[in-house]
Amino acid sequence: MNDKKHFIEKISSGIEGFDDITCGGLPLGRTTLLMGGPGSGKTVLVLHVLVSASTHHGTPGIFVAFEENARRVSANGEAFGWNMRELEKKQLFFIDARVRSDVVKSGGFDLTGLLSALEIKAGEMGAKLIVFDAIDVLLSLLGDPAAECRELYRIHEWLMLHDLTGVFTMKVEEGYPAIGQRYGFMPFMADCTVLLSERVADRVAVRAMRVLKYRGSAQMLNEVPFVIGPAGVEVGSSNGVHPEPQPFEEKISTGVERLDAMLCGGIYRGTNVLITGSSGGGKSTLAGAFIEAACRRNERALFISFDENSRDIVRDLATISIHLAPHLAGGLLRMEALRTEAASSEEHFMRIKRLLAEHKPRCVAIDPLSALARVGGGLAARAVAERLIYLCRNAGITVLFTSLTEGSDPHLETTTLHVSTISDSWIQISYALLNGERNRALSIIKSRGSQHSNQLRELIFSKSGITLADPYTAGGEVLMGTLRQEKENAWNIRKVDGQ
Amino acid sequence: MNDANHEGDHPKGAYVFRLYLAGGAPNSVRASANLYAICRKHFPESHRIEVIDVLKDPMRALAEAILVTPTVVKLSPLPEQQIIGDLSEEEEVLRALGLPQKETA
Repeated sequence: MNDKKHFIEKISSGIEGFDDITCGGLPLGRTTLLMGGPGSGKTVLVLHVLVSASTHHGTPGIFVAFEENARRVSANGEAFGWNMRELEKKQLFFIDARVRSDVVKSGGFDLTGLLSALEIKAGEMGAKLIVFDAIDVLLSLLGDPAAECRELYRIHEWLMLHDLTGVFTMKVEEGYPAIGQRYGFMPFMADCTVLLSERVADRVAVRAMRVLKYRGSAQMLNEVPFVIGPAGVEVGSSNGVHPEPQPFEEKISTGVERLDAMLCGGIYRGTNVLITGSSGGGKSTLAGAFIEAACRRNERALFISFDENSRDIVRDLATISIHLAPHLAGGLLRMEALRTEAASSEEHFMRIKRLLAEHKPRCVAIDPLSALARVGGGLAARAVAERLIYLCRNAGITVLFTSLTEGSDPHLETTTLHVSTISDSWIQISYALLNGERNRALSIIKSRGSQHSNQLRELIFSKSGITLADPYTAGGEVLMGTLRQEKENAWNIRKVDGQ
Repeated sequence: MNDANHEGDHPKGAYVFRLYLAGGAPNSVRASANLYAICRKHFPESHRIEVIDVLKDPMRALAEAILVTPTVVKLSPLPEQQIIGDLSEEEEVLRALGLPQKETA
């Protein structure tokens, strides 16, 4: 028809991740279908698209509610912080199209009434986007597959004729195969079809969406997770195209002088450090030291802890001369305590992403990242951990994250999240049981692009701070605790004697 | 609430209907014809039908929450009753209006 239209024009959904998976948003002047089970987030998604189209792109829209009370849909929008009352003055119009429950059906009917009203309304307000929420309710009223098909095409044709962009939502039970039977024609009519799903993994609900097809456009075929957060729908697309960040040459301190020395001057800015160790090993303490060092450099820092109160962390760290309280009070440092069980790993990710955007830190500690693996399924948690790391890397944020090792095998925990492979530096804290003592031992497993010490060193926490003891060996074993002190004393005596 | 009772209190007031049509669409034309036929047959003396063409007055249909055409609303006697379709299934219409149905099915 139009020679200029060699490619599909798109209208941004206003949701970053959704635009990623659809390579730009909804097809302009065409029909999009969102399918999903009850409570899968269809209505919120279309409402979000409608609101952002009218707010950011000046595209007025109409919401036709077949199932929910239109007033209530609008009120839900207020809950997401959208100024519905203001928008409804000019930009948005809600039509309550619920069919009365006591209506009696006798013979054939069609949607001419609704469409002629919509036509006038759309022309009046210059609406470009029309949402038909829960079209399945209307279709079930028709009760006859031929009539359903006919009416859908009527709406479709009507949209095309008036150059309107349409979005339908449709309830489907039990996933995709079922729709194949009843509304098989529906995906053919739509130029873009997206399936929303919700499932429960480890007792935590996980939402996901997938673009089933997008006529004439590239799309991302993978299923991507999404959450309904305080600001609406957030879609977590994993492989959005981002420019490769410029690597930093600068090295920054871990907050432990001797550890910096072992790492030949610290860690590169913009990289990440993984610290693994068993419970009580001192991972959080090292995280605290790293954060304090950042604050001392006058850099904004963010400390995210799972299942531990920020105040407790501040108090405990103060006992070994790591003082976070002044930085916290000064606003340089932000501490956020999250509850593992309260949300899926995906929701945690979105939360952390928001925190990063709000606080704009240069250094971040996440303690422990392995908490993510406890909820919402291992695979999802792994993807989240990876995305978190890439997110920080792309933003040039230096991040230290800890991971709990359970049992004796130090590789166990890191394999559940598989983060050790994408970590730039990996520090392992273990317990050395020697001569009736349990001593903390630190070693560097890897540090990319940098030389590092291969020694196993004793990690010492004291009132004056964190340090690593000088290495003393005897018979091929690193001496620790009392044995080391004895050796140290002997050395000191010898030095004195020698003088 | 049985049929005999209904037969007894034959409406004293008029039956008032509002019929929403979409111009000359076939199902609208049929609905109109069917409604007039039912009225003539069951309450020849006492009925009133107001016809609204949604193509001419779409905002009114919107304001009155009329989605599909044809739709007929029985305004009186109360309670209000909405019937959608071309009214070709007379049995359904009579039941909705609370009138006795034909003995022979």
